[in-house]
Formats: sequence, structure tokens, C-alpha cells
Amino acid sequence: MSSELARYIGMRFIQFLVVVFIAVSVNFFIPRLLPGDPIESLIARLQSAGGSQEMDSQAIIDNFREKYGLDKPMMTQYLNYWRDLFRFDMGVSLSSYPQPVSQMIRQALPWSVGLLATATLIAFTLGSVLGALLAWPRSGRIIRTIVPTLLVLSTIPFYLLAMILIYLFAVLWRIFPPGGGASPTLIMEWDWPSFVNIVHHGMLPGLAIVLGSVGIWALGMRSQTVSVLGEDYITFAEAKGLAPRRIFLRYGMRNAMLPQVTALALSLGHVVSGAVLVEVIFNYPGLGALLYNAVRGQDYFLVQGVVLILILTLAVLLFIIDLIYPLLDPRIRR
Amino acid sequence: MNDGDKTRVLDVRDLEVHYDTREGPAKAVDRVSFSLRAGERLGLIGESGSGKTTVAMALMRLSRPPARIAGGEVLLADRDLLKLTDAELRQTRLRDIALVPQGAMSSLNPVMRVGDQIADAILAHRRDLNRKAIRTRIVEGLANVGLDPSVARRFPHELSGGMKQRAVMAIATSLAPKVIIADEPTSALDVVVQRQIIQTLGRLQDGLGAAVVLIGHDMGLIAQFSDTVGVMYAGRVVELGPVQQIIETPRHPYTRLLIDSLPGIRERKALRGIPGLPPRLVNLPEGCRFAARCPFAFDRCRAETPEQQTVASYHVAACHLYPQHDSLPPITASEDTA
Repeated sequence: MSSELARYIGMRFIQFLVVVFIAVSVNFFIPRLLPGDPIESLIARLQSAGGSQEMDSQAIIDNFREKYGLDKPMMTQYLNYWRDLFRFDMGVSLSSYPQPVSQMIRQALPWSVGLLATATLIAFTLGSVLGALLAWPRSGRIIRTIVPTLLVLSTIPFYLLAMILIYLFAVLWRIFPPGGGASPTLIMEWDWPSFVNIVHHGMLPGLAIVLGSVGIWALGMRSQTVSVLGEDYITFAEAKGLAPRRIFLRYGMRNAMLPQVTALALSLGHVVSGAVLVEVIFNYPGLGALLYNAVRGQDYFLVQGVVLILILTLAVLLFIIDLIYPLLDPRIRR
Repeated sequence: MNDGDKTRVLDVRDLEVHYDTREGPAKAVDRVSFSLRAGERLGLIGESGSGKTTVAMALMRLSRPPARIAGGEVLLADRDLLKLTDAELRQTRLRDIALVPQGAMSSLNPVMRVGDQIADAILAHRRDLNRKAIRTRIVEGLANVGLDPSVARRFPHELSGGMKQRAVMAIATSLAPKVIIADEPTSALDVVVQRQIIQTLGRLQDGLGAAVVLIGHDMGLIAQFSDTVGVMYAGRVVELGPVQQIIETPRHPYTRLLIDSLPGIRERKALRGIPGLPPRLVNLPEGCRFAARCPFAFDRCRAETPEQQTVASYHVAACHLYPQHDSLPPITASEDTA
């Protein structure tokens, strides 16, 4: 049994490595197949900012070409790219020259992970519990009114929902700030006031994510639970004289959760791309906003770096879910 | 009928289960009565749709919409199961009356170890037992059904069909119930395993002194196991009596045809079925439900519903042929083959 488990984990890890390898390679080649020269556009930008001489710019171009190995064959560039990656060197931002891409990502990543992971997990948990309760014949009328309401909220286009939330909570009632990750005046420390400030700022974007997706989770869980409740083992559990709560949790929800977890894995990709919209609307200092600004500013290295991190994050999350899954479903461990 | 009232562990009186349909209630179980003494084995036999499983579910009060228990009593030691509160009902299930369900293959929770599934059955009723006592009971329970203690640590998908059925029986008997309802416990198993399972059921029952209601459609299996046989047709018990008498001198034409339709393995005879189909159970007219297929049917059968009457000692049949006749007349009409 344990050797089976070890084999399963080994196989999943190899899959993970393959995915990462392919992702990194694609991420290297695609920008190089695009028309246009990043260095020249950088120089153009620097020139329009004013001040530099023709001579200087040629020196800069050569300097850059050499630094990034753009004067070398593609294969050498590719190998250098890998070498740099292992040193966390992803180049220098063009739009915020000369800030290193890795530093900008390091600053943005905690914001995104904090907001998205928390909000998605809340939406997933809440939605799953509500959906299961909706399918449970013993649930009361409150559940039967709440969940359909949430479903309606989930059908509202996300940007519209976000606008409504900003209008209500930030403009009309002034409960939460309309955007940003923290107060501009806040001095970040590992202390309680900082934490409260960050959570306070995260409430609206978090609420938008939760409201936007909880109904969908609930709907999926409801149909799963309905089909699980028709299974023979539920009838037999009742014949055993178990308490309804136990049947609901250990026999009903426990089994209905399995496809939900798969759905969570599949939706993580959507979460990553959805982050762009949330962070732009709420002016949140995370990866999504960074990516948006990088694309707008034609900041190739930054785009490349952010996309790579998004892919890696997704791959790591899927790998973790692959590892959790056999704990949830013993039939998987082969 | 008044002897041994004290030892009667299960007394079913005029049980009625209806399926609500758009056209009105379908009387899937219509005034079914029978009783069992401790240690007695009753076989309930009938074709698909005769209401056997519906009876089993009603005896556990597990009927789910559209099925609805419409009337009658299920007396377990003088307590009417149908009148218990939800909490009392939970306590009664498994402790007093246990179910060995039809779909043994799918009756175990796929994400729980077998031992945990036995343990939570015991724990639901015996809060006083500590971990060690429960562990002992699990091992004993598994041994009683012929399973190795290591099965406790397995998941259902790691067991064969026969092992799953045994595990289910270990759960059903974990609290030494006085009544066991076995609803086609051998369906989906091969003949050899069927036999072993039925033998195990018999051994368990002897050990516990429990009464068993074995539900099935296989006359051979039922006859081997049971002391008493009840024959169901279209929601009613048409004949009930000692197994020997039922097989040798069936009094109801349906029972007779059912026995005649058994294929023999030694003499090769033409397979014989019973021509026609059971009636639809919605808006049934007065009269015997079997009349349309009965070779002996006469006018009265179509006008008046026959009630159960005693045709021999401990032997009842619901047929208008009695008491005019002592036994079934020979079949002359419609010698159909199918």
C-alpha cells in the first residue's frame, strides 16, 4: 500500500516537472516569435523620455544585446534563460527600468496569493456546504431562500458586480475603501494594525470574488449531493440507525466533495486569470494588476516573468491537489 | 394463532405502502400481514414488482417518496415501529431490527474503511463502549461472517462482491438484532457464492436466535433456507405456509404456477412461464389480482377480492377456490409454454 502511494506521488511529481518544463519553454519561445524588438522599443521609450544621445543609445543596445545574449544563437539563449531562471534572474523591467522583474514579482505575489487563496477557499467551502444543505431534505427554509439568491448574484457579470459593490460599500456607505492593498500612509509591519488595515482593504475585492463564485460552487455541490443521497450506502447508513448529521457529513458530503475538489483544481486556472480583472478594478497591487500594466506598457520581460509565475503557481496548486486527492478518495491510490 | 404470542418478535398487520402517482396511489403493498417467532425463517417470494422490496423498506421504515406507508402496524415486541419518534426509530434500527440490503455491492461507503463502518454502527447505539471493546466486537463480527480481521482496515473497493456482502452482514448483526430483514442478499453474486452467503446468514441467525425475513425471487434458494414461505403477487400475500406444504401442496394457483416454472436440472423439460403480466397497481378494480392470468378463474374472482383464509394448519391462501375444494384442481385449460 505505501509503495503504491509512493509510486503515485512519484508519477505525479514527474508529471509536475514535465508541465513546468513545457511551460517555461513555451514562455521562452512565444515572445521571441512575436514581431518587434523589445530592446529597440525600450530605447525608443528612453529617447522619448529625453536626454540621451545617438551614440549612447547604440551603446545601450549593444550592452543589452550582450546582457541578454540576444546576439547569440537561439539555443544558447534558451540555455542561458534556464540558467538565469535558477538564479531567479528574470531580467529587468522595461517600463520601470531598471527595476528587476523578480523583485517586482516578489512584491506583488503575496498580495495576490493572500487575496485570491483566501477568497477562493471561502467561496469553495461556503458554496459546497450551502449546496449540500440545499440537497439535504432536512434543511430548513432559510437555506432554500439563501442559496438561489446567491446563484442570481453569481450570474451578474463580474465587473458589474464589482462596480455595484464599490458604489454601495465605498461610495454610499463608506464602510470599505474603494481600492488599494493598504492605506498609502501605512507603515507595513508584522503587527495587528497592519493586518487589520490589509484585511479591511481586501474585503471588497474578496467579497466580489466570493459573491461571484459561491453560487456556482453551491450549484455543483447540490447536484453531486442529490446523486450521492440516492446511493445504497446512504440507505444502509440510515438502516444502521446513524444520526442524520453523521450521515450527512461522513456519508453524504464526504462523497459529494470528491468531484468538487476536481472542479476546484480545474477552476484554479480561471482564478488566476480572473485575478487580473479583480485587481485592476480594485486597483490591488497584485500580480494581476502587474500583468495588466506590463501588457499595456509592452514590458516583455515583466509579462514573461508574471506569466511564468502564474503558470508555476497553477502547476504547484494542481500538484498539491493531486497529492490531497488520494487522501480523499482511496480508490485513486493505484 | 394465539399460541406462542410471547415469543413473537415481529408482527406485521395490514401493512399498506402506496406509491403516489399522478393518476392516484399505486397500492404496491396491500394489507400484508405475517408474524415471526424468535428463530423463525420466513421467505418472501415474488416476481419483480410484486412488492417484496417495498415490504422490506417499510419494515425498516425506510420508505422514501414516492413510496409512503399508508397504514398498518409493524410490531416489534409490541412496540409499533411506525409510531416511534425519529430518535426512538434510530435506536431501534440495527439494535432490534436490521437490514441486509439488496445492493450489497454499493451499500458500503467507498471512502471509509470497513472497520470504521462497523464501528460507527456500534457507536451509534453503544456510547458506553471504549475503543478496545469496539475493536474486539469488529474482529468478532468479521470472524462470524468468515472474514479475516485484516478486512477491517480495507476499503470496500479492495473487497470482492462476496466479501462485501459478508461485511454488510457483519454490520447488520453487530448489535445482535432480534429481527433481520435480508432483501435479496445474494443478487449480483454467482451461484456458488450465493450458497455460501445464505449458509452464513443461517449460521449467524442460529447464533443470535434472531428471526429472519429473507426476500427473494429464487424459489430454490428460498425453499432451502426458510421454515415458512409467503408468496407475494401484485402487492398482496396470496399464500403463506410451511415450506414443505407450499411446495408439495400449493393451494394458490399462482404458487402452483411459480413452482411449475422452476427448471429442473436433471430432466430437461420445456421452460414454462406464467402467461400474462401482473396488473397495474393504480385504480385496481375489485376482484382477485391474479384473475386475468389464472387458469381456474371464475366469475366470482373478477367481482370480489379474495381474503386470506386458513386452508390447512398454519397455512393460509387468498383464493375463492376454498373452502369448496381441498386442493387445487388439475390444470386443464391453457397449458402454455413460454
